[in-house]
Amino acid sequence: MKNHTIIFDNPVSISATTTIAGPKEGEGPLHKYFHNIIKDDLLGQKSYELAEIKMHIYAIRNLLNNAHLTQEDIDCIFSGDLLDEIIGSNYTMREYDIPFFGLYNACATFGEALIMGATMISNGVMERVICSTTSHFSTAERQYRNPLELGSQRPPVAQWTVTGAGCSLLSSKENSKIKITSATIGRVVDYGVTDANNMGSAMAPAAMDTIITHLKDTNRDLDYYDLILTGDLGQAGVRMLTKLMKEKNYDLNITNYDDCGVLIFNTEFQKTEQGGSGAACSNLVFNSYIYKQLKLGKLKKVLLVPTGALVSKISSLQGESIPAIAHAIAIEVM
Amino acid sequence: MKLDDKGKKAYLKMVKDEMPPTKHLATMSKAFILGGTICCIGQAISDLLHLAMPTLSEKDIGSYTILIIIAITGLLTGIGVYDKIGNWGGAGSIVPITGFANSIVSSSIERKREGVILGLCSNMFSVAGPVIVIGITSSVIVGLIYWIIGLFA
Repeated sequence: MKNHTIIFDNPVSISATTTIAGPKEGEGPLHKYFHNIIKDDLLGQKSYELAEIKMHIYAIRNLLNNAHLTQEDIDCIFSGDLLDEIIGSNYTMREYDIPFFGLYNACATFGEALIMGATMISNGVMERVICSTTSHFSTAERQYRNPLELGSQRPPVAQWTVTGAGCSLLSSKENSKIKITSATIGRVVDYGVTDANNMGSAMAPAAMDTIITHLKDTNRDLDYYDLILTGDLGQAGVRMLTKLMKEKNYDLNITNYDDCGVLIFNTEFQKTEQGGSGAACSNLVFNSYIYKQLKLGKLKKVLLVPTGALVSKISSLQGESIPAIAHAIAIEVM
Repeated sequence: MKLDDKGKKAYLKMVKDEMPPTKHLATMSKAFILGGTICCIGQAISDLLHLAMPTLSEKDIGSYTILIIIAITGLLTGIGVYDKIGNWGGAGSIVPITGFANSIVSSSIERKREGVILGLCSNMFSVAGPVIVIGITSSVIVGLIYWIIGLFA
């Protein structure tokens, strides 16, 4: 480990991925890349929480089927979601006989899962792990904001929680040319934003901190990567990050920088204000669109930076500002 | 990592400059139109009641009108229409009695799965509660002021 960055001596293969996207995501610009799109976001369940759990169960099952594996082949699952006490993941794992680590880093949970899984595999402790996250618009909305049927207006800085579930299979058995080569563990950064609707601005400083730390630790330049992809900053957060990076003399430009929250929705037509957010946002975009581009060789070096606003309803009511975290994972074709 | 107060202030200013502003003219005009429309509908119901039941007193007609509007709002909330109206018209949908009805019905629907007593009943007023508390408290304060003025007048 170099400062905050883990350099994997044995790069870890991402052998298979799968995604299940919600109906609104399925109408978005990335619809043709998702493995499955559900038509009903309640999935015939009694509550949205149960629907989210069902989605997660299906995603893991699909991944196992696609990779021709059974549960016995998996050494551990690292997963998380946005619900209180991460019940989404806990109840999902009730259906499987696989060892399980429950994680929470808000929308950066997917990054946390990838780093932990890759570390376990690179060190030879485990052979196959699954990293998964889910989020659901309707469960997040009732937990963090207002009842769904309340006739309230969404502020212009708001973001739309992505409905979906996705998993990646990390493995030392099934080789793939897409490998995790290094990862920077983020630290909690708080620049004093208190507006819980404005998560992009709260997360941008964390993304900046992690990206710059990563570049310094690895002695790399921004140009080293074909694509730097932040998790869910949204359009406003992207502008903040670009400005913050410029102040530190790093020039993020449109050729090699993008944001999952901006990619997943057509913000203008789908009325999602600044774009997508949620634990499934970076997960869905990476496991479908980006993974495909890496497979086709259109992208060779990607820095995935899932970002998370560590906000809770209680802390924001008590007037606390919003701490944020971002992890960086370097994924290269080799 | 926490930023010092000076840094925070500079960052928050940067955020403020960069964020898209609320379009006040558009939102206010929409609220005006929607609020006005709801009031017109109320007036129409009241006029119809006058025609249908000429024997009713003015006060009773007012009460019936409110009941009918609340029932319509409850129905529209239940079938998932009112949140779209509210999203369009903002405060225009909140200020009339319809907003109050919507807040109670939507909270009830939301918590139905957690049981009738601890879910639905205990969370029914989670949005509307503050309105009731502040309404009653301020009416008491206004009453006191009214009484004190009466002592000297």
